Amino acid sequence: MDKVLLDYGSGGRASHRFVADLFFKYLGNDILARMDDAAVLSLAGPVAMSTDSFVVDPIFFPGGDIGSLAVHGTVNDVAMMGARPLFLTCGFILEEGLPMDDLARIVASMGQAAREAGVRVVAGDTKVVPRGAADKIFINTTGIGEILVDPAPSGHRAAVGDVVIVSGSMGDHGLAILSTREGLSFEAPVVSDSASLAGIVGKLLAAVPGVHVLRDPTRGGLATTLNEIAGQSDVGIELTQADIPIHPAVAGGCAVLGLDPLYLANEGKFLCIVPEVQARAALAAITADPLGAGAKVIGRVVADHPGKVAMVTPLGGKRLLGMLEGEQLPRIC
Amino acid sequence: MNSFEAFKDPALCRALLARLVKEADTPYRFMEVCGTHTVSIFQSGLRSLLPQTITHVTGPGCPVCVTHESEVACFLELAARDDIVLATFGDLMRVPGPKGKNLKTAQADGARVEVVYSPVDALAVAAANPGRDTVFLGVGFETTAPAVAATIRLAREQNLKNFRVLSFHKLVPPALAALVADPDINIDAFILPGHVSAIIGAAPYGFLAEKHGLPAVVTGFEPLDILSALLEITAMRASGQPAVVNAYTRVVANEGNPVARAVMDEVFTPVDALWRGLGVLPGSGLAIREEFADFDALRLPGVSLPDAPPLAGCRCGEVLKGKMVPNECPLFDKACTPATPVGPCMVSTEGGCAAYHKYRLEL
Repeated sequence: MDKVLLDYGSGGRASHRFVADLFFKYLGNDILARMDDAAVLSLAGPVAMSTDSFVVDPIFFPGGDIGSLAVHGTVNDVAMMGARPLFLTCGFILEEGLPMDDLARIVASMGQAAREAGVRVVAGDTKVVPRGAADKIFINTTGIGEILVDPAPSGHRAAVGDVVIVSGSMGDHGLAILSTREGLSFEAPVVSDSASLAGIVGKLLAAVPGVHVLRDPTRGGLATTLNEIAGQSDVGIELTQADIPIHPAVAGGCAVLGLDPLYLANEGKFLCIVPEVQARAALAAITADPLGAGAKVIGRVVADHPGKVAMVTPLGGKRLLGMLEGEQLPRIC
Repeated sequence: MNSFEAFKDPALCRALLARLVKEADTPYRFMEVCGTHTVSIFQSGLRSLLPQTITHVTGPGCPVCVTHESEVACFLELAARDDIVLATFGDLMRVPGPKGKNLKTAQADGARVEVVYSPVDALAVAAANPGRDTVFLGVGFETTAPAVAATIRLAREQNLKNFRVLSFHKLVPPALAALVADPDINIDAFILPGHVSAIIGAAPYGFLAEKHGLPAVVTGFEPLDILSALLEITAMRASGQPAVVNAYTRVVANEGNPVARAVMDEVFTPVDALWRGLGVLPGSGLAIREEFADFDALRLPGVSLPDAPPLAGCRCGEVLKGKMVPNECPLFDKACTPATPVGPCMVSTEGGCAAYHKYRLEL
């Protein structure tokens, strides 16, 4: 099987063939095709820009791969600023010996994810490092998009009386990665939710331009994201645990491993905080899109306990939903 | 509805809570011994719903947190050796040793540490590292000790020469005996661990009721399990007839699991053991028997339990005896936090102090 060689990163003919055969084939567009030192872009008004590096292990997992994730992750961060993502850059760090078939699969998957998200890859870079100096493939993407609404949603804008909505079930991506990495299987398959949120957020903002906060609860999960917002806006947040959507397979897997799905990463879900009078319209706009079919109102913003998130349990008790110290570790017994 | 869900049923829970409020007319203080109970009581919100007469005293948490600093120092020294691969359960990674070092920092310094989900997986680690000794960190209560014992037997059957276990297992009944021997103990009843009891049964806890007059109930981890245990305790207190009751019959046989105990007894023998925050407790640990000496990491050349100074200012001993609640400890949320835990109750994510930090809502 063909493998990535150190030569491919040399800048010589081998590099050029490599780039032409693979990256232009799947990611090509008129801006990228100019092959100048930098892309020239036209943008109107305020823009949102974000960058993220992807080092996920395993590089292929149920529901996606490192390529589609590298597009979705950055596209979603841009979209969460109330923006329409337009352009991406991609930097690849490849480990010598990576099978070319794997790389082709990943780049093809990036191309498809970019088309679905409505973004063009306008600049890129490839480096090959010696075996052992990187783990198979690392991808960095930077995204830029035009902000659609004024004022833009922000973590600082949650206000007392607002309603908290999530677009679907929590913890799918985190548990899918963990169970694939560790070779664990559960009664029902757990699949990553990795998806571009650019489309659904566009529809939401068209229906409810006054959204106060948009956030995708990636690393650290819903609990961490809400704690960040409570801190940024200096408000309390109160959730109703029974209303938080969690896939039964995820709940079961987490129970076995001693993990809390509210701290697991999501890659195709967002939460939005809107004034109560707009909650119904926001929920309708979200649920109208297939990616938001499982959306629910899960809580509200309160004046009590500023900076903290409280949760009303199914029993009717109330407790703190705090931040975690580090990553969750599966327990001993 | 599956059985997981059934034992969380909010309507049934509310009905039991209402009964508890009615029946618990004299005040008492109970402690749970297992960290999974601790987390369940906090996470379900049950703690905020208990009648005013019932006070929940948080227990010690999970087995990793009672691993003594000198035991941690011992395996950190092993980790630093080039001829050793450590295999461990994940939750041991952050348990702090001297100078704030732990397995995570050791890993960053180049130590070979493999996280496994079962002791048997450590045999594969040994097979994959033929030039080195693979040492499995045997930390846990009676729940995990039989599986580790079976793994040692398997290693012998496979004639594996480079696999060893560092046995720092701890036993629950001797630790409970040491706790309740303190005449000033401020606990009136116990909720006993479900998983440990599945192995040892209910009989080893008999002394709680017979010698100390303390009611105790073996129960499961869902809110309904815990509420029924509290109703049982309330009834025993009302009748003046304390006993040790098994209310977790769907998992725990009264006589426990004799097969698991036989394996455990074949490979291990009880010894005095060091507990973080509590010191030496007689007969509360498990050492590897002479017949399995080839698999004992403590008998490797250069391995010893270094002296470790006592934890300055740590009051976990008093928290565990119900004499102090976590946030009364001068170190709580100051010198002692989940990022820089000092005593066992903060080290474990399931410990009482960690639960106070994570779940308690101050209004």
